[in-house]
Amino acid sequence: MLKVSEIVKILDAEVLTGHENMDLEIYSGCGADLMSDVMAFVKESVILCTGLVNPQVVRTAEMMDIKVLCFVRGKIPGEAVIELAKEKGITVIATQQPLFICCGLLYSNGIKGRGVWD
Amino acid sequence: MSDNVVKLHYDIDAEDFTTAGEASSGVKKTLTRLGVNPEVIKRVSIAMYEAEINAVIHANGGVADVEITPERVTVVISDRGPGIPNVDKAMTPGWSTASNTVRELGFGAGMGLPNMKRYTDEMYVESEVGVGTKVTLIVNIVS
Repeated sequence: MLKVSEIVKILDAEVLTGHENMDLEIYSGCGADLMSDVMAFVKESVILCTGLVNPQVVRTAEMMDIKVLCFVRGKIPGEAVIELAKEKGITVIATQQPLFICCGLLYSNGIKGRGVWD
Repeated sequence: MSDNVVKLHYDIDAEDFTTAGEASSGVKKTLTRLGVNPEVIKRVSIAMYEAEINAVIHANGGVADVEITPERVTVVISDRGPGIPNVDKAMTPGWSTASNTVRELGFGAGMGLPNMKRYTDEMYVESEVGVGTKVTLIVNIVS
């Protein structure tokens, strides 16, 4: 488990929205650029790391009850995407780290929960 | 029991990809307001969102009709798209006919229909090439 504030520190990330959620506890994560792959595994208290920056990332997070989005590889989504996340109560952070390194850092620091494939 | 039935209708617009998912979002809000079990809400939301995205990326949009009763949620998404030539093949995880453009948008992983099946209690796909596709998704509230 990691708090969002710890994740921000580990990934040297910038908080784009959801500054009030820094104490939120995250137990599991996923890294993907294809949203249907994300939706194949249901988990709880999730961070989604992705290089995709369109509004459908926020929609996917909304449907999956994903609490935190982390945009990787230095990608910053447009204002409309951040606004949509804000409206849905989803915290958004951005890091320069590539996806693989981002997932590795989070896993080795304690986010080890995974979804179940039936 | 007709007073316990909630019916919703949405037009799924394909002109603006950024708005895709609004129908599913609306249904999720309604189910939350009705106090439906969160696990049921998540299953309906994911399955409907996948179907809604399919209507947008493959069929130039369509319509969604949702019926919520105390027993179950039924979502019917219909389009006048190209149809699915082989539904069994389309149900195979990883099978996709999506273009690279669609993949760049984050879809076309070939998990849409398998995900819909996984998260629903009943799923029916009726499709005719050149006519369109109708997907019915049913999630039981009371099993």
